[in-house]
Amino acid sequence: MSQEVLEKPSAHPSAKVYLSIAAILTAITVVEVAIFYIPAIRGTMVLAPVLLLLSAGKFALVVMFYMHLKPDSKLFTAIFTAPLVLAAAVILALMTLLGAWVL
Amino acid sequence: MSTAAIGHYTSTGQDTRKIAFWTFIGSECMLFGTLIATYLSYEGKSVIGPTPQEILNIPLTSVSTFVLLMSSLAMVLALAAVMRGDTRYSKVWLATTAGLGAVFLGFQAFEFTQFVDEGLKISTNLFGSTFFVLTGCHGLHVLVGVIWLATLLILSARGKLGPEKAMNVEIAGLYWHFIDVVWIVIFTVVYLIQRGPAA
Repeated sequence: MSQEVLEKPSAHPSAKVYLSIAAILTAITVVEVAIFYIPAIRGTMVLAPVLLLLSAGKFALVVMFYMHLKPDSKLFTAIFTAPLVLAAAVILALMTLLGAWVL
Repeated sequence: MSTAAIGHYTSTGQDTRKIAFWTFIGSECMLFGTLIATYLSYEGKSVIGPTPQEILNIPLTSVSTFVLLMSSLAMVLALAAVMRGDTRYSKVWLATTAGLGAVFLGFQAFEFTQFVDEGLKISTNLFGSTFFVLTGCHGLHVLVGVIWLATLLILSARGKLGPEKAMNVEIAGLYWHFIDVVWIVIFTVVYLIQRGPAA
């Protein structure tokens, strides 16, 4: 592989993008906490899926933009995603085995 | 450009240190996945209190979550400063990241102390055991991150953290952001989704 390719800098987002992501992360966190305190939602079956969805959104934003997985090589995405999926499978399997699905 | 500045590249065209660190992060996913699985599997099965509903302090933890999220912002700004050779802002943002990490640890120490005062220890019940192991393990990772950032800050202060060393900061950043994403999950599954009957 040529040195020219090796020295190519990775295209990291600008400071403006980083600040926008921080604002979105803060907004999602505020929404999460607000949802927790809404009596109509708290204690219902809706709470967990909504919070997990919001949490997944925050997770994806940090990983894609702050950890630069979006502009970086797909190799890193594969190295990260495979054990992440395995970890999620372990959580689901253990919860199923121990009957921990009752909310 | 010197060989040292080019880095340690493989046939994939990627830096070996970065590949190794992403592999390490993958193994950390498994570690925290197991701890979270254990917490969730035993949640609501404590035969004595205190229970999560009685003891978890959501307003306090919301603030510490915000602190950790902002530390991630400071970390990417530190990396950007190092990459453009801006020594002054490299130091400012590295110090900010480490400082916010230390503040997060302070919140956690306060929370743990409060829980012990209210009768929740690691040996009290299943909730205590799984909660302290999970959040304590995360806290230890934050501590390692703060020490790591402090060493980078010292290098920066000595003028030894130029753009040619940006990969060192990028790898420290990967570690720091991973700690952040783990907390994003813990905050949701432990603090906000509280299952099981209150004692």
